[in-house]
Amino acid sequence: MSQHPTTYVPKSAFGKWFESRLPIAGLIHSSFIAFPVPRNLNYFWTFGAILVFMLVSQIVTGVFLAMYYTPNASLAFQSVEHIMRDVNYGWLIRYLHANGASMFFVAVYIHIFRGLYYGSYKAPREILWILGVIIYGLMMATAFMGYVLPWGQMSFWGATVITNILAAIPVVGDTIQSLLWGGYSVGNPTLNRFFSIHYLLPFMIFGVVLLHIWALHVPGQNNPTGVPIKSGKDAVPFTPYATIKDIFATVVFMILFAWFVFYIPNYLGHADNYVPANPSVTPAHIVPEWYFLPFYAILRAIPDKLGGVIAMFAAIAVLAFLPWLDTSKVRSTNYRPLYKQFFWILVADTLLLGWLGAKPPEGWYVIVSQIATAYYFIHFLIILPLLGFIERPLPLPNSIIDSVMGVKGGAGLPTGANAEPHSKG
Amino acid sequence: MMKRTLVIAAALLGLSAPAFAAGETPVPPQLKWSFSGPFGTFDRAQLQRGFKIYREVCSSCHSLSYVAFRNLAEPGGPQFSEAQVKALAAEYKIQDGPNEAGDMFERPGRPADRFPAPFPNENAAAAANGGKAPPDLSLMAKARTYERGFPWFIFDMFTQFAETGPDYVHAVLTGYEEPPAGFQVPEGGHYNHYFPGHVIAMPNPLSDGQVEYPKDANGQPQAPETVEQYSRDVTAFLMWTAEPTLEARKRIGFQAILFLIVLSGLLYFTKKKIWARVGHSDVTTNQA
Repeated sequence: MSQHPTTYVPKSAFGKWFESRLPIAGLIHSSFIAFPVPRNLNYFWTFGAILVFMLVSQIVTGVFLAMYYTPNASLAFQSVEHIMRDVNYGWLIRYLHANGASMFFVAVYIHIFRGLYYGSYKAPREILWILGVIIYGLMMATAFMGYVLPWGQMSFWGATVITNILAAIPVVGDTIQSLLWGGYSVGNPTLNRFFSIHYLLPFMIFGVVLLHIWALHVPGQNNPTGVPIKSGKDAVPFTPYATIKDIFATVVFMILFAWFVFYIPNYLGHADNYVPANPSVTPAHIVPEWYFLPFYAILRAIPDKLGGVIAMFAAIAVLAFLPWLDTSKVRSTNYRPLYKQFFWILVADTLLLGWLGAKPPEGWYVIVSQIATAYYFIHFLIILPLLGFIERPLPLPNSIIDSVMGVKGGAGLPTGANAEPHSKG
Repeated sequence: MMKRTLVIAAALLGLSAPAFAAGETPVPPQLKWSFSGPFGTFDRAQLQRGFKIYREVCSSCHSLSYVAFRNLAEPGGPQFSEAQVKALAAEYKIQDGPNEAGDMFERPGRPADRFPAPFPNENAAAAANGGKAPPDLSLMAKARTYERGFPWFIFDMFTQFAETGPDYVHAVLTGYEEPPAGFQVPEGGHYNHYFPGHVIAMPNPLSDGQVEYPKDANGQPQAPETVEQYSRDVTAFLMWTAEPTLEARKRIGFQAILFLIVLSGLLYFTKKKIWARVGHSDVTTNQA
């Protein structure tokens, strides 16, 4: 896995017997106990662990919900109410799952922006980053289908809007649409297959997450300086140092989670989804869940139907090309004063797009959405490539231990894969 | 002119939430509810009065299909006694069957039954109510809201404000008034100050003195028999029908968050102790 031999020696006779047949204990030991971790990681690095916790939480709550939920158009809504009212602690499991989806996206957005800020997508972590983009895409598909399952007004009409735009894709659009629908419009067959795929995808996410962690463990974690581990002093073993920090951060995150679940469980949802789906009545405003809003704004910003679909998917796909779009040799934005400003402008732009996604496409909202969408692509396709050439970065510290001890640096820039020695003392 | 008005009337009555220009519909007043906030609970007497209003006024047109008679005796709700609930259920006729002969039959209700609907199906409900079926009320307090706007929607996360539904329902129930000069109310509609588009299919359901409240020790009604009070009581009752586990949720939430805060405190000091072994645990970035 990681390119150093395992130092694990089982202590018991059973341990030795098992290890020689399935060396999983050694794997866990080298990946999560002895694994060297930069000593200067800040709390933004705990979100990987938080995300694993959220994935497990969603799967566990989801499996229990599936014991009581009926994926049939005439029974789905009342089966959810049955869970809320009659099943012991059903209300808790339901609110944990619904709000858990939002918490999952809060964590993933912080995790992604951490990657953007510290250059964690740069060589040699390109595949790690692309696997992350794939996980993000799978998460969005899972969340979209999950939201359809309660079969409320917003479930039905959100599904109708999004599946309708897919027909704009040339050649294959109509086929994809009827495969998703299972008929001539969103209906019972749609609900059935969405339930099936919604149950399937989290386990695919789990698989890609394993690949993601494997890909991470080859070079090891990035860190806030962007300077790789050079000697033993730069790193600490994963257990107990990263373990305790991850557990602490996860519990703090649970407080935020609990705040929503117990006190404002419907804050992030839509009142319209407490109205059973009615194909004859269109809600006044059809809006997706908050985590889709920036992409919804981008979709509606382009006047052409196919153009909107392309822009929406391109907004996600552009992330996969980031390792090559960013031409700077410096990883961490801490040492890139010019890029830092553009980074925060991008953050503001995505927040603006999110806010616009909830607004009706009228009046001045339209032109502002178009400007914000254009800027999003300009950031990735024009600004980022150019900055690498124009910018004069700050001097980097010589090593992690130097930066931690406050020793002023002035050393050269790390040069990609070559700067990742495998000596991890 | 008449045809255009009828077309408009049909369109307005057909939509459950007609679109309106932003900012046109007044914002419902924010009320103090006993169930709001982290330690909110329902007022038992209020829920019982609210149930009386539902039974005597609303149930002739609106179903309450997700609520079972037994829920009225459960903790966290109106908390009628088991005997009262049994007697109440027996007053209702429930369709059941088929029996051994293959016939459907009627029988008196049991606590396990849900409230029967006033109409056999949606079409019958619409036909009896000018083309629009009165919606089920079980979830009404959660199925309606109004836009809080910026920056209130940020503050609401911290203040735990979650009563947009009840505020809206109460506002609509007390919002019937004469239309302003020049406003044409289509046939079959009624002017309401807070309903989006101002034209609601439901006629004003409440009037002063309509429902008799139980008397207190002095022989006076427990609460004023006014539209304002009726509206508050039935809205509180509808909040309970929408969220019967509200009290348990907030109580368990307090315990859970307190536990998590204590746990995170312990973990914080554990983390500090462990990291003390390596000296610096903070990032010191070199910014020239």
